Amino acid sequence: MTSASDRPPQPVFKLSDLIYDTRYRSMTIQTVALILLMLFFAWLISNTVANLASLGKDFNFGFLDQRAGYDINQALIPYSSNDTHARAAVVGILNTLLVAVLGCVLATVLGVIAGVLRLSKNWLVAKLMTVYVEGFRNIPLLLWIIAIFALMTEATPSPRDFREGGVASMWLWESVAVSNRGVYIPAPVWLPGSWLVVTVFMLSIVGAIAYRRYARKVLYDTGRLLPMGWPSLAIVVLPALLIYFLMGMPISLDYPVLGGFNFGGGIQLRNSLIALWLALSLYTGAFIAEIVRAGILSVSKGQTEAAFALGMRPGRTMNLVILPQAMRVIVPPLISQYLNLTKNSSLALAVGYMDVRSTLGGITINQTGRELEGMLLLGLFYLLLSLLISGGMNFYNSRIKLKER
Amino acid sequence: MSDTHSEAESLLFVRNEMMPEREPPLAESGAFKWLRENMFSGWLNILLTILALLAIYVVLSEIVPWLWHSVWRADSLAQCREIRDATWGSDVASACFAVIADRWQQLIFGFYPSDLYWRPLLALAIFLLAVAPVLFPGLPRALLWFSAAAPFLMFFFLWGGSIWGPILVALGFAVGFAAYAIAGRFTGAGAALAVAVVAALIWWLFAAGPLTRDLSRIAPIGLTYIQSKDFGGFMLSFIIGISGIILSLPLGILLALGRQSDMFIINKISVGFIEIIRGVPLIVWLFTASLLLNYFLPPGTNFDLMLRVIIMVTLFAAAYIAEVVRGGLAALPRGQYEAADALGLDYTKSMRLIILPQALKISIPGIVNTFIGLFKDTTLVVFIGLLDPIGLSNSIRATTDWNGIYWELFVFIGLLFFICCFSMSRYSIYLERKLQREHR
Repeated sequence: MTSASDRPPQPVFKLSDLIYDTRYRSMTIQTVALILLMLFFAWLISNTVANLASLGKDFNFGFLDQRAGYDINQALIPYSSNDTHARAAVVGILNTLLVAVLGCVLATVLGVIAGVLRLSKNWLVAKLMTVYVEGFRNIPLLLWIIAIFALMTEATPSPRDFREGGVASMWLWESVAVSNRGVYIPAPVWLPGSWLVVTVFMLSIVGAIAYRRYARKVLYDTGRLLPMGWPSLAIVVLPALLIYFLMGMPISLDYPVLGGFNFGGGIQLRNSLIALWLALSLYTGAFIAEIVRAGILSVSKGQTEAAFALGMRPGRTMNLVILPQAMRVIVPPLISQYLNLTKNSSLALAVGYMDVRSTLGGITINQTGRELEGMLLLGLFYLLLSLLISGGMNFYNSRIKLKER
Repeated sequence: MSDTHSEAESLLFVRNEMMPEREPPLAESGAFKWLRENMFSGWLNILLTILALLAIYVVLSEIVPWLWHSVWRADSLAQCREIRDATWGSDVASACFAVIADRWQQLIFGFYPSDLYWRPLLALAIFLLAVAPVLFPGLPRALLWFSAAAPFLMFFFLWGGSIWGPILVALGFAVGFAAYAIAGRFTGAGAALAVAVVAALIWWLFAAGPLTRDLSRIAPIGLTYIQSKDFGGFMLSFIIGISGIILSLPLGILLALGRQSDMFIINKISVGFIEIIRGVPLIVWLFTASLLLNYFLPPGTNFDLMLRVIIMVTLFAAAYIAEVVRGGLAALPRGQYEAADALGLDYTKSMRLIILPQALKISIPGIVNTFIGLFKDTTLVVFIGLLDPIGLSNSIRATTDWNGIYWELFVFIGLLFFICCFSMSRYSIYLERKLQREHR
């Protein structure tokens, strides 16, 4: 017979195949999406160009080199109003990072304590922690920031109350003063020779880590258990103390002293920083508490029982069995809470703390009229920060992930 | 024989009757046992209990007297102080809740005309009635038709203006549906959907505006128009929060599906959108909306700040919801996807019938948490000049009558937010329990 009829009919390409044929459909959808997206961006850009032209503005970042002309009341690096806008932005970035790092540390401490205590058998403590967690999770952060700021400025004594016979007194052996002008803490004074102490201290931390590695290696190789706690503490503390006294105590503290109507000496932590720090930490701590609780609950009870059956003591069970498994559940959401805290620090605006949003994204924009460039830089800074942190998190996740099929 | 038996009987003591039940020892029963086991079972526990009691005492000793000596009727803070001095003496801490009694209308409604308060209240009632059948499946399904109409009704009652605007916008959906039905006869579902979207867009962009104008001239039915700048207080938070919640869920699900997609460009667009939105704080986006949007839109356009905020909040929450839903999609075992393919379901059907119901169920806690976060974040609009409760509390404090009043306002605002957010989280727990299919 004819061989032509055996051959399957040659498919003829029809235009409707672009939608109905699964081979082409995804290409069609993607092309349409790409075209729409490009049209959208073209529309945005042409609008922006037209608007800028009609306002007589151009798009350049030259304003960053101009004199800023405004003061920043809390700066980690030397700054005066004669510096450039770029330096003001850097001061703001450092302030953001300062409150973010401080907040992450305190939030972790609070969160872990609250999370563990919420699982406590002690009814009263568990309920108290529930009240803390629910209270902070269900009330806006902004309200907490404003309330704590009001507490710091309205309910704390003014510096003159610290005078002899006044109603207020300093804390911790006359070294910390909590007043409505801010919290005054002792400042370290670095005399010549102090670098040696710091170097020795750093080196001994490295030494302690090395010792612990060595002890673990001995344990795994020979089964002999070297003491870890006391020796590593001694390695960290003793050499630094020795050098400290040998060099004639080169590091001392400058205590805040009341002079006239205000405190002199020491470091002044403004109420804006303290309020923002406390509010961010308490708020994020409540979320971290839930994460920690969920993490501990996620390790099944059989794991604990199995460890006990192997004859492990409770402390060791926690360290070697429960925590490694709980950490896998805890760490990813914990890091995203750190990210949230960092982004929430932009609420500094509410209390007048000079973070990057208030310098670069606030006063600089108002003074130079460069909204577009300023907001772009601000957005890029935050974006870069979160991409860095989430990149680190993804790396960690892929390292600790359980390997399945 | 019988003798010995009776002898033994008399010698042995065999109890013939039950002893009366006795109370357990005092330390092993009731409140004592509970206290001992739950609060004083070891030295650490005792320490924790004492610390907790101390903390509770410190907090309560500040708050309780302050609440107890509260003044509810006064015209200003100074008058509050006078009443306190007269009643309890000047060294007593006293709450001046008179500010709430005086200004609660402002904190709830902002500057909405006070003779029209029935309109937001009616809108709230419509909202509650509309949301009930969605939240609780036990209610009659016919109510869902009301839910579909509710957004237009609420818009009409809140802003007022001509009734024809909302009606014609709602008709756009009918136009789209009609186009879908007609085009569906000639082509397949995909093309019909495209035709429907285009038809609806044409209706909204070109037909709805002129028709509204003409119809309002012919039949001027409507309510007094209220400008957005008069909206404020909790009403504002509610409107922004609820619009954001309703709009962000579908968008977030679409973005999550886009991020899971194999199509390269769709995937990259979704990832880019999600990461850029999530990487930048909401407050920066709000400033973008208020400062920069005029650059991006055609010269001369100027639209409502509140609408801009709603759009920004929606986009922001959608990115977060997308990540939550993606987590749910990733948590489903691969077998579910493979089973859907093996049944021969196409992408839409497999998502609608198999994947999404399970994935969304897993993501409920995360989605509700995002909603709670969104609702709390509505307070940030104070920074771009909208008068949310916190903004109003600032302006109340700026008046001479109430200068220097803090805590009463904070307590009131915090309590209202707490009630809303806490009930949302309780509902999510209820829903989770109800949908749970294992370990019943």
